[in-house]
Amino acid sequence: MNRITSTLNALRAEGRKALVTYIVNGDPTPQTTLDTLHAMVANGADIIELGVPFSDPMAEGPTIQRGHERALEHGVSLKDTFDVVAQFRETNQSTPIVLMGYANPVERMGYKAFAERAAQAGVDGLLTVDLPPEELGDLDAELRAANIENILLIAPTTAKERIAHITASASGFIYYVSLKGVTGAGHLDIDSVAEKVAAIRETTDLPVMVGFGIKDGQTAKAVSAVADGAVVGSALVSLMSDVSSNEIASKVGQKVAEIRQGLDK
Amino acid sequence: MSTNDAVIDFKQMPDAKGHFGQFGGRFVSETLIHALDELAEMYEELKDRPDFREEFDRDLAHYVGRPSPLYFAERLTQKVGGARIYLKREDLNHTGAHKVNNTIGQALLAKHSGKKRVIAETGAGQHGVASATVAARLGLECVVYMGAEDVKRQALNVYRMKLLGATVIPVESGSKTLKDAMNEAMRDWVTNVDDTFYIIGTAAGPHPYPQLVRDFQCVIGREARAQCLEQTGRLPDALVACVGGGSNAIGLFHPFLNDSSVAMYGVEAGGHGVETGRHAAPLSDGIPGILHGNRTYLMEDENGQIIETHSVSAGLDYPGVGPEHSWLKDMGRVSYVPINDDEAMNGFRSLTRVEGIMPALESSHAIAYAEKLAAASDKDDIIIVNLSGRGDKDILTVAEIDGIKV
Repeated sequence: MNRITSTLNALRAEGRKALVTYIVNGDPTPQTTLDTLHAMVANGADIIELGVPFSDPMAEGPTIQRGHERALEHGVSLKDTFDVVAQFRETNQSTPIVLMGYANPVERMGYKAFAERAAQAGVDGLLTVDLPPEELGDLDAELRAANIENILLIAPTTAKERIAHITASASGFIYYVSLKGVTGAGHLDIDSVAEKVAAIRETTDLPVMVGFGIKDGQTAKAVSAVADGAVVGSALVSLMSDVSSNEIASKVGQKVAEIRQGLDK
Repeated sequence: MSTNDAVIDFKQMPDAKGHFGQFGGRFVSETLIHALDELAEMYEELKDRPDFREEFDRDLAHYVGRPSPLYFAERLTQKVGGARIYLKREDLNHTGAHKVNNTIGQALLAKHSGKKRVIAETGAGQHGVASATVAARLGLECVVYMGAEDVKRQALNVYRMKLLGATVIPVESGSKTLKDAMNEAMRDWVTNVDDTFYIIGTAAGPHPYPQLVRDFQCVIGREARAQCLEQTGRLPDALVACVGGGSNAIGLFHPFLNDSSVAMYGVEAGGHGVETGRHAAPLSDGIPGILHGNRTYLMEDENGQIIETHSVSAGLDYPGVGPEHSWLKDMGRVSYVPINDDEAMNGFRSLTRVEGIMPALESSHAIAYAEKLAAASDKDDIIIVNLSGRGDKDILTVAEIDGIKV
């Protein structure tokens, strides 16, 4: 069984909510990422979303855009991201890792090569912001063959008929985008999230994670009360520019612990 | 595939999902899918409706000043000493370029949608000006995203947009040019999708934009075809147009695509030279990839990162191209060729001095290639060049190249 499914099944059995944490690989430097991943897990992250740096991160707000830019200054790419995941797997075989990014680096590598190398490195899922189900092409089959979950997004604007269409092609979990906007925006509306998550649940048994606009333990708790878990990104990436690189892992870990505490309250 | 055995109804492209063969499509975040569906449905319903066509045609006639002339450039022809060169005078349109054909059309769609706010991205500023213009005319709020580098290069157009009541937002991320302006416009749209209409300025982006921008720009080719038949009694032998995103080129080419005797040349920005890697010519030296909502030829590195482009002309300084051009390239129907900065500057000077017409630096690429092509062609041949915009906006750039402080 894929790590994502086993992790989420276990959480569900315990009646706990999932905390998904996001950083960009190589942000602020390639040396900080591995320690930060371990620190996130040690402080309560259940699933890691690792951003693959891209030159044109269209769905990101300013905070995560800067993260991509900092990583690209060091030339960090998809190949380096596989390396980091492989290093992480040397000591952690249980925490799922989802790569989150944009279609072009995956397209450039080739879908088959991507799926094979990702599986080999120990990647469990892929979330590609700009690949709606209609444009997946052969990627879907390649991911399946490599036992990599295909995480799809549902948005506040997704029409009811379309929700069923998306959940039918998704696996692992559903990522519900909590607001109309970019990552890190600040106008989350819990009632509308609850309504939409309920509509998603009518079409699928897959767990639903809610992301975009979740900045602390309180908002994480609020959204996971109506879903299966929360995704926190900008709140962690914003730390990358503030602290010196030898403090990154501990600061991020501390923030994750705070959010975990709020979530479990 | 040769062009002769291709039985393609070009008017039926793209397919229902917005694909031109492997190109085009809709590579956007889920939040925008609904808005694109709505737009596609609205456009499908309106595009052949007589009242919509009439309103569009009326605006083009009385507001833009169409039809634009097809002008026989006799002195340029004599200077080159080859084929007869005709200019399709899009530079004479209101606001000074072909861009307004599209913004008039999209403004009508915005009006039908009931949305009160429009946004646009711009490179050279021509599309921004054309968007600000139609917004002023319809009383809509207008926000234009422009790369911070381009804001510096095109100060006159920035001021024009402000005079027209638009808010110009300089984009400081990435390479600070057109591609980054488009990223930022997409981010605005995803945030304000309920009340905002995004006026994309070129025949690129997610479906249905490449189709509707092309359709609005096709007035160029329809007029040119009729004017050429009327003035010369026959079809041209070749068409030449510059290609950044490619809206003026597709507008000229499309109505001729089924005329197999008409050769077509899309002229890309060769910058410092294609061999240097410092250019903006993805069809000459790029590979297919995914950016800004469509699959198309792109300039990227081996990791799939989009790379910086170089061109003397801000309007061509873009790492991608409209998906229909990628498709036409692969089938061989249109030839895509680069013209370097220096050659384009020569084209600018040449047309200015022998015809008294100052072309935009974008269009100067087409002029420069047409001179080469005409010189190598028979004297009886006819070449139509799309003079897509006028050069007033570029005089400070030209002065700087000449080392003159204006």
